[in-house]
Parts: sequence; structure tokens; C-alpha cells
Amino acid sequence: MAFLEIRNIQKSFGPAQVVRDFNLGVESGEFVSFLGPSGCGKTTVLRMVAGFEEPSLGNILIGGRDVTRLKPNQRNIGMVFQAYALFPNMTVAQNIAFGLKVARAPQAEIRGRVDAMLALIKLPELGDRYPYQLSGGQQQRVALARALAPRPKLLLLDEPLSALDAKVRVSLREEIRAIQKELGITTIFVTHDQEEALSISDRIVVMYGGKAEQVGTPFEIYNRPATRFVANFVGTLNVLEGTVMDPAAGFVEVHEEKVSLAGRLNGAKAGDRLSLALRPEAIALGRRPGYDSSLKGRIGEVHFLGSVIRVRVELGDSVVSLDTFNNPSSPPPAVGDPAEISFSSADVNILH
Amino acid sequence: MTDATAAVAPTSEPPLSGARMSFAWLGVVPFLLFALLALILPTLEIVIGSFTDQTGGFTLANIANLFQPSILDAYWISIRISLASAFLGCLFGFLIAVAVGLGGLPPWMRSPILTFSGVASNFAGIPLAFAFLATLGRLGFVTVILRDWFGINIYALGFNLLSFSGLTITYMFFQIPLMVLIVMPAVDGLRREWREAADILGASSFQYWRMVAIPILWPSLLGTFALLFANSFGAVATAYALTGSSLSIVPILLFAQIRGDVLQDPHLGYALAFGMIVVTGIANGIYIWLRIRSERWLK
Amino acid sequence: MKRNSLWSWIVLVLAVLYFALPLIGTFEFSLKMRRGVYSFDAYRVVLSDPRFQSTFLYSVTMALCTIALGIVIVVPTAYWVRLKLPRWRPIIEFITLLPLVIPPIVVVFGYIRLYNTSSWLPLTGSAWGTNVLLAFGYATLSLPYMYRAVDTGLRAIDVATLTEAAQSLGASWLTIMARVILPNVSVAVMSGAFLTFAIVIGEFVMAALLSRPAFGPYMQLLGANRAYEPAALAVIAFAITWLCMGLIQLVSRFSKVAPARI
Repeated sequence: MAFLEIRNIQKSFGPAQVVRDFNLGVESGEFVSFLGPSGCGKTTVLRMVAGFEEPSLGNILIGGRDVTRLKPNQRNIGMVFQAYALFPNMTVAQNIAFGLKVARAPQAEIRGRVDAMLALIKLPELGDRYPYQLSGGQQQRVALARALAPRPKLLLLDEPLSALDAKVRVSLREEIRAIQKELGITTIFVTHDQEEALSISDRIVVMYGGKAEQVGTPFEIYNRPATRFVANFVGTLNVLEGTVMDPAAGFVEVHEEKVSLAGRLNGAKAGDRLSLALRPEAIALGRRPGYDSSLKGRIGEVHFLGSVIRVRVELGDSVVSLDTFNNPSSPPPAVGDPAEISFSSADVNILH
Repeated sequence: MTDATAAVAPTSEPPLSGARMSFAWLGVVPFLLFALLALILPTLEIVIGSFTDQTGGFTLANIANLFQPSILDAYWISIRISLASAFLGCLFGFLIAVAVGLGGLPPWMRSPILTFSGVASNFAGIPLAFAFLATLGRLGFVTVILRDWFGINIYALGFNLLSFSGLTITYMFFQIPLMVLIVMPAVDGLRREWREAADILGASSFQYWRMVAIPILWPSLLGTFALLFANSFGAVATAYALTGSSLSIVPILLFAQIRGDVLQDPHLGYALAFGMIVVTGIANGIYIWLRIRSERWLK
Repeated sequence: MKRNSLWSWIVLVLAVLYFALPLIGTFEFSLKMRRGVYSFDAYRVVLSDPRFQSTFLYSVTMALCTIALGIVIVVPTAYWVRLKLPRWRPIIEFITLLPLVIPPIVVVFGYIRLYNTSSWLPLTGSAWGTNVLLAFGYATLSLPYMYRAVDTGLRAIDVATLTEAAQSLGASWLTIMARVILPNVSVAVMSGAFLTFAIVIGEFVMAALLSRPAFGPYMQLLGANRAYEPAALAVIAFAITWLCMGLIQLVSRFSKVAPARI
């Protein structure tokens, strides 16, 4: 059994069902992100794990113990909030010490622990400052230290970086991951930013409409999206519409040309319409050895971004986005020129 | 079109030259004139008068005269009533504000309660005295109910509406709602995340209130206490209607003095008034200072 | 989050008891004028008393004058400060808060000393002059509330931009005030007006010390001599206050701008 088990969780607020039949197992020491747009239920699931919301159905087990009926202050969980939530009447050190003070730990232990935490978040001299004297990034690091000081078994982060500047967001997410790895604490991280989730998670749960659309490693989520929503939400996606010609041989007609998807059309019939999805980096301009499929079209837009040239190729009424590297010795393609794109059929994702 | 725009004063840029500045302040002259004539000059007259003797020379004798036993008693009783009604108003008003803002009462109750607080905090003065006479007077509604239904005769037990405790209970009718109205924004300002953060860190309800909520609210509470104190100290009408001139609180003393009744020395009246200004001024000063401090934390 | 709301309900019940009982008691007492039965005799006596009518009329008139005075002084000032003199704002606001610090009895004492018959502005010498003085006193009493209401109302509309837009279309200052600013703060002004009305109707100290025939002193006189009529008066006064507050709420609901909270 996994360290954190979320079993058959459902949550309704009145007539609205916000979380539907959610199941997840998180291993000890794992960093799992909940990724999805606003309203998908990710924060609600997190708050149910924390104990701020009660599930309408289902159970939550931590370390084998059913905590579903326990109050938040009995669960030994650490939480970092989007709005930092530092107590304004206390100094940084007092904030960090709060969990230990509440548990009536001896003074010496509190002092030592606070110092260790300040060192962990690399803010050793700020112990006597008040929250209003700190920047957003500093406040969030203090919030992290406060959550970790009482040695919780589980760490929950509710969109902790959303309120911060872009640069701080990137550096702080690396720090959070580094600290998490150092302490080996099981962590759930809620975000709507796919780059965040992809860069620091062990596994990602993509959520939509109260359900988990896909659970997998960043590589899997990005390269093998299971549903149209995941494919669209994570990264840029090119979608081509095709018609099945010969299911047995695996031929699909796309823009009057043949694409071979051998062995992946089981269950389809001739005449079925299919959506084929390709990431921009999987498409090349012109023919490429090893890429078995190609389509002809016309250059629609060219954006010269320096080292990268973003090209949009029109295939009939669809448009395909692809990136190609700048070549100092040859100019970028001209708008209106005929173009051929090629890709490997193995990289094609069939969307459902 | 150009004539009109040329005749109109320049648009709101910060005043760069002295010429622009000198025209702008004309706009507040009516207000300043009004404030001067209606508020500042009369007050100054009192303040100066309290340091002037019969001949018009400077003296501290009037202030010194304040320290006679009867007048000190009056100040002391005023202070005690104000402290009591402010404290109780603070306490109960705070409990009500928390019950409304955080306590899980149905949300539709909030608006009527706040509206009623607005009404009750303005229902002071003479009618309030009448209302309490009709309720806790010798033949009052509650007095009679307590006597006939519960067998408790409060007047036999020493209670009297026309006394310190009676006045305090009466004053609470407008002090409590005033507290609710003023402290409500501060209670609303207690962010939900603080409660949740305290919860998840293991704090019980009591620990949350003791270590987080009350300390955060403390400047607001203390400041509003000072405001309620000043409010009660300056109140005349209710006390006058309840007790006539018999209960010697400072405002009543001053009232009688202005009417020409009691004190032999007219300049003592000035000193009495000056004393009132000092007390209410200090109390309000404390309120403002604490408000500024609490706002700095909660930015 | 489910919180134990039991003690909230206890607090609520106690509060309702404390506030309802005096009101009920007063009402009940006011009905007891006729021996043995409940009747509205006390109200009839009060309402038909010519002194009630004349003092009430006097106070209503005073209230309207005070409101007019308040609007004329406060609205242009608040507007001007917001637009042109932002650095003066703390000073002006401090002045508007002074009436809360200086007890009204001290203010009226100052009036009597400063504007008596032997001074440079002998207002107390005539009835008309004393009325003016009383109006000024009332305006001072209501100044904090009026200013705060109007200022909040102005804050909700972007005064600078509106003015510039009006000026670029050729409007004079008077036009701007009357047709652009005032309509947009009308809700705030009315809130301040109703509050002023409530304050003036029940005011006692200033009217008594200036010996004017206002409603406050009339009530006090009645209270000293009669038993049941004062209770009826208290109920009437409470109803008027409630009406004023209710009208403020009503008016706020019709606001096209964010409502002015006093």
C-alpha cells in the first residue's frame, strides 16, 4: 500500500459535484503535482487531504491510518498556502516555531529547530523580521519552513508560487524541490502552471472537471497524452484530422495523403474520422531521414525569434506549428513558399 | 469652446508654480471658514478661558480649582462609568461581531444585524433614557416580570436605574452596537488562511485565539475601547434625562454650570470643559495611534 | 469548514434579549395609559399636543437646513481636496474628526461665550441669530459622518478623469459640480443626509443650552412631568431613527456606483 492513499473520493457542494471518484496512491518521498485549470477540483482534493473539507464519499489513509474523520490539527501534515498566511503579529522565528510551541516542545528544542529551518531556507539573519518586512518570495520560504518545522509526515502546497513574480517563481520552485529531496518528505503540489509541474514533479495528475484525466511521469504526460484535454493543456499541440482508409493495413488519409499508422487502428472501421496529434518538436521542415511520413503544404507565417524560427505551415485549412533552428548560412523560409513537413508516425498520438 | 476651457482652472497636475498653488487653496476656504467659526474658535475660546481669570490675565487657578473633592468625584464617577460601559461594550460587541463574522451564523443574518447596530448606535439621548425607564424603572417591564414571574425584586436588592450601574447598563445600548460596527471590518480582516494555517500546525481553537487572533485584533480592540470611553465621557442627554441633575457626572456638572445654576466661579466652567477636552482628546489620540499601528500589520 | 456554532447562537440570543426587551418594554409601557387596557392613548395625546407639533416641525426644519448647509460645505470641499489638494487631505480629515473628540457640550459652551451679545458677532441676541448658531452646531455634529460618506462616494468614482472629460467637452465648474459630480455621489450624499436627520431630530444639549424650541428639550420636559407619554415618544423616536437607517440602505441599493459605507 502506498504511503498516502486517496480512495474513491467524491465531493459535492450542494448540487454541484466538484470532485468525482478520485483515486491516487502516493509513495513515500514522492513529489506529485496536481495540474489543471481553475475549477478542476485540484485544490478541493488537497483540502480534503488536509482536512479542511470533508469528502462526501471515500477515504484518505496516511501511513495506513484512516484520517478521513480527523480534524486538520490532528493529522500531522504541513501546508503552504498561496497567500503565504504568515501570522502578522509574529516574527519569522516565532512563525516557524509556532507548530512546536503548540505541541509544547521544550524551549531549547524549539530554538535549535528554528535555526535549522532558517538555514534550510537560506535566510539565517531574518529571524527577527516581521512578515510585512519581507518580499513575497521570502515570505513563502518562511511559510515552507514553518510547515516543515514540526516534522510532518506529508507536505501539501496549494499553488504556492502563483502570487510571485516570474523570476522568483522559477528559482523558488527549484529550491522547494531541492529541500523536498533533501528531507525525503512525501509532497503534493497543486498548480495550474504546466511548466512548473513538468519541471519538478516525480509524477503528475492532470485534472479536469473533478476527475483525474491522466496520472504519469512528466515524460509520459507530455509525450503520451491519454486524452485530448491532456494533450491540449500540456504543451502546444498540433491536431490533424484524418479519415481511416484501411484499418488492417493502418492507412489514414490526411490532407489527400497517406499516413501509415500500422497496428494502431484496431477497432476502427473504414470511413471513421480520427484526430492525430503531434508536438511541434516532432515535426521537421522538409524531408528527414527516419521520418516515415510527410505532408505537403504552404508556409503561412514565419516568426524569427533569434536562435529559433517558429514556422506555421498551412495544410489545406489546418495549420501546423513547428520550430526550426536558425541557420546562419541560409535565410528563413518565405511566406507563401510550398513546404513539406515530415514526422515519424510513431510520434503521432491518436486522440480520443 | 476654447474660451470655456481657457476660463476653467488647469487640470489636476501637481502644482508646479506658486501661482497655481495659491488659486487652488481658495477652494477650501468656505470649509476652513466654517470650521473656524463653528468649531475651532469656540473651542479655543474655552481653552483660553480656562487659563484666564476675572481680570483677563493668565492663571492656572481655574485648573487648580478642578481639584476640589466634589469636582474630582464628578470626574471620577464619569471615568468609572465610561470605563465600565466601554469595557462591557467592547466585550459584548466583540463577541457579537465574532458570532456574526466567524461564528457560523446563517449569512443572511449579517445585514439585518449590522443595520440594527447602525440604528441602535444612534438611538442615544433622551429617548434611550425613556426606554430604559420603561424597562428597568421601578414599574418597568423587566422589573415587573422579574418580580412577578421569578420572584426577584431588583430594587429591593439595591439596584437603582438612576445610579452608576443603571447608567452603565443604559449606555451599553449604544456602546455595544458601536463596537460591532467599528470592529466588524477588523474581524472580517482575520484571514481564513491564518485559521487554517494554525489548524494544520496543530493548534486548538483556544490556542488559535490566544496566540494569533486576539494579538492581531488587540490594537483594534484597545483602540475602539478608547473611542467608546470618549463617547461615553462626553454624553449628556441620556444621563440628564435619567437622573436630572442628581448624578454628578462631569457633563451634567458643566450643563448645570452653563445654565447658570451651581458653581460660584464662572471660570470653573471653562476649566471643567477644558478637562473634558483633555480626557476625550487623550482617549481619541490613543484610538488613532492604535488604529495606525494595527493597519500597518494587516497591510 | 464546520465550526461549533453553538456559542454563537447563545451570544445571539443574549444580544437579542438585551436589545429587544427595552424596545418591547417601552412599547408595552406606552400602551398602558388607559387603566386596565392596552390603548394608543399616549400616542394620541402626544401627537395632538401642539408643543409636540411645533417642536417637531422646528427640528425637522433645522434638520433640513443643516443638511443643506452640510451639502454645500462638504461636497465641494471633498471634491476639491480629492482633485486638487491631495496633500491637504490629512488636515481636512483631521478637522472633520474633531467633532468626535470635542464633546458637543463644550462646543455649545464656546458658542455662548464667543457669540454672545457683547462679542464681535452677537448671534445669541436674536432668535434668528441663535437659530443660525444652532444650525452651525448641528452641521458640526454631523460633519464627520457627512464628510466620510461623501468622501467614500467620491472615492468610488474617478473624480479626476470625470472632471477632465467634462472639461474637455467644455463644461464650466458649476456644470461639472451640478451635472457630473453630484449625481454620481447622490447616494453617498443621501446617506449622509439621513444620518444627519437622525442626529438632529434627537439632539438635546445644544438646543437646550441655546434655549431653542427643539424636539429634544421638549422630550426632556415631557419626561420630567409625565409617565406614559415619554414612552410613546421614545417609540416614535426609535421608529424615526429606524426609518432613516432603512432609507440609507434602500438608497444604497439603488446606487449605480459601489455603495458608500459609513
